[in-house]
Amino acid sequence: MNDRIPGFGTLAVHAGAQPDPTTGARATPIYQTTSFVFNDADHAASLFGLQSFGNIYTRITNPTTAVLEERVAALEGGTAALAVASGHAAQLVVFQQLLQPGDEFIASRKLYGGSINQFSHAFKSFGWNVVWADPDDVPSFERAVTDKTKAIFIESIANPAGSITDIEAVAAVARKAGVPLIVDNTLATPYLIKPIDHGADIVVHSLTKFLGGHGNSLGGIIVDAGTFDWSKGNKYPVLSEPRPEYHGIKLQETFGNFAFAIACRVLGLRDLGPALSPFNAFLIQTGIETLPLRMQRHSDNAKAVAEWLSAHPKVAAVNYSGLSDNRYHTLARKYAPKGAGAVFTFSLKGGYDAGVSLVSNLKLFSHLANVGDTRSLVIHPASTTHSQLDDEAKTRSGAGPDVVRLSVGIEDKEDLIADLEQALNA
Amino acid sequence: MNHDSYNDAYIREILNTVKTVAMVGASPQNVRPSYFVFKYLAERGYDMIPINPGQVGKSLLGKPFVASLQEIGRPVDMIDIFRSAEHVMPIVDIALTLDPLPKVVWMQLGVRHDEAAAKLEAAGIKVVMNRCPKIEYGRLSSEIQWMGVNSRTLSSKRAPIPTQGMRLSLNRSSLGGGSTAAADRVAQQNNKDKNDTA
Ligand SMILES: Cc1ncc(COP(=O)(O)O)c(C=O)c1O
Repeated sequence: MNDRIPGFGTLAVHAGAQPDPTTGARATPIYQTTSFVFNDADHAASLFGLQSFGNIYTRITNPTTAVLEERVAALEGGTAALAVASGHAAQLVVFQQLLQPGDEFIASRKLYGGSINQFSHAFKSFGWNVVWADPDDVPSFERAVTDKTKAIFIESIANPAGSITDIEAVAAVARKAGVPLIVDNTLATPYLIKPIDHGADIVVHSLTKFLGGHGNSLGGIIVDAGTFDWSKGNKYPVLSEPRPEYHGIKLQETFGNFAFAIACRVLGLRDLGPALSPFNAFLIQTGIETLPLRMQRHSDNAKAVAEWLSAHPKVAAVNYSGLSDNRYHTLARKYAPKGAGAVFTFSLKGGYDAGVSLVSNLKLFSHLANVGDTRSLVIHPASTTHSQLDDEAKTRSGAGPDVVRLSVGIEDKEDLIADLEQALNA
Repeated sequence: MNHDSYNDAYIREILNTVKTVAMVGASPQNVRPSYFVFKYLAERGYDMIPINPGQVGKSLLGKPFVASLQEIGRPVDMIDIFRSAEHVMPIVDIALTLDPLPKVVWMQLGVRHDEAAAKLEAAGIKVVMNRCPKIEYGRLSSEIQWMGVNSRTLSSKRAPIPTQGMRLSLNRSSLGGGSTAAADRVAQQNNKDKNDTA
């Protein structure tokens, strides 16, 4: 009865894109325009009133960006998606739909340092209160639930230490608490892990990393799984109550299982404004076409590099869940059987100084604050991405002073190992 | 027939062949979902008839409200039911007295009534439940993708240029695309829970 469902590689190339109806162009054109003409006054009114599907202004929708949105929604198995200017903007827009001033959300302690900052400081000024829990101790999420809790936020593979979160266990806590589970799937990408299959209600990404994949464009995306009932208990009035901006439309009633994505677009993006450039959308969706090939190569290279490092006499420890002696290995095999991703940390017996000297002696690895580039990248998180955290928080999030983080690229692994070898011996 | 999921060919055939659509429960308020759907389908060229006994004497987008299905006075191809499940059976019973019978009875998103569906199908009438014709039209034409929605279709063919009021773009040649299995599972579970408590 069902139509055949294409495989991941086919969706990565095709989902969302079709030949341009006007010109026949096969690659998606870059609709580098701010605005779109209306057919007539009535058409304009239907678009502004959300009664018709169509384009008004690139802050709200754009046909190039829409291809990216449908592609990521299809790859994650969601009902709809909304692309925005950065991963951080995606998080801001998501929480703005869910939280009122004074509300709480529970977040994993093991997150990208920038997210820890955003939640601790920027969000506080909106009256949104983060409560931290330990992803290695799932009952700590349950203990953190109060009647003000509106959401739970985790990373599937956590930045920087590459630890794996037991998504299904945290999803069970979220279900019991009657709140949505938000999963940042940036480091895994849907090629390695599909959080929606494990109970996530909302998936967010920094497209800046592996999805774009070439280190050339910032972007973020929100995927609606279409699984959460927003009308229960009047906890999410933005979705269940009449919206004054739209003359009293109720979003869930009108848009059903993609209402959350619509709310993010027509309230969050429209009013906060962090729109993605159509040019970035074009570069990112071109990157996604090769995602399965790149992600497999990234993971295979990372495993080879991690194995080589763990046998090196100057290396104290390697934290890569793809290694069989790693504490997250069982979770990695369950959630990411194709590979444990490309980002991991290791520490050197020589401590902080040895880490700093390694970074400066590398010739092929680039020293910079990003992950998920085709190129191999290295950073010392304690002095950079995680520098604004106190020492205890640094260690807790896996970024202690002796820790070096790698994002292994898609070069030849022999060259990466040779570069690490010369730098360790220098 | 299985009403948990419909293949694209079934829905496309319905949307491509019906011309006259009576919408039971059409609202004159322009923020109600029924108004959205009525307007959208009218713009796509369907001959829309609003049914609402409380609005007789008024009209919706130029189409006079009719009190009931029996009072339409001409054949209808499809009945779109914009009423909750407990109101479905009486509407279906009236639909089954029409001559000629409608070809299709469509129940909106959130509305499912398996017993009514079986009765209609026994009379040779096609049934769609818990779907929205606006969403399905937008999905199969891929127009809904402009809102970032997963159309669950793929195509390597150039789509006919969509023109206002024309129904060309629905004939886009496509195959199945990205699934929304998690959302579908939840919808099925909700339906099961509803039936279990009923
Ligand atoms: C896991 C994760 N989430 C979110 C972000 C923030 O994304 P962006 O830099 O695109 O705002 C990053 C960036 O490093 C990240 O690694």
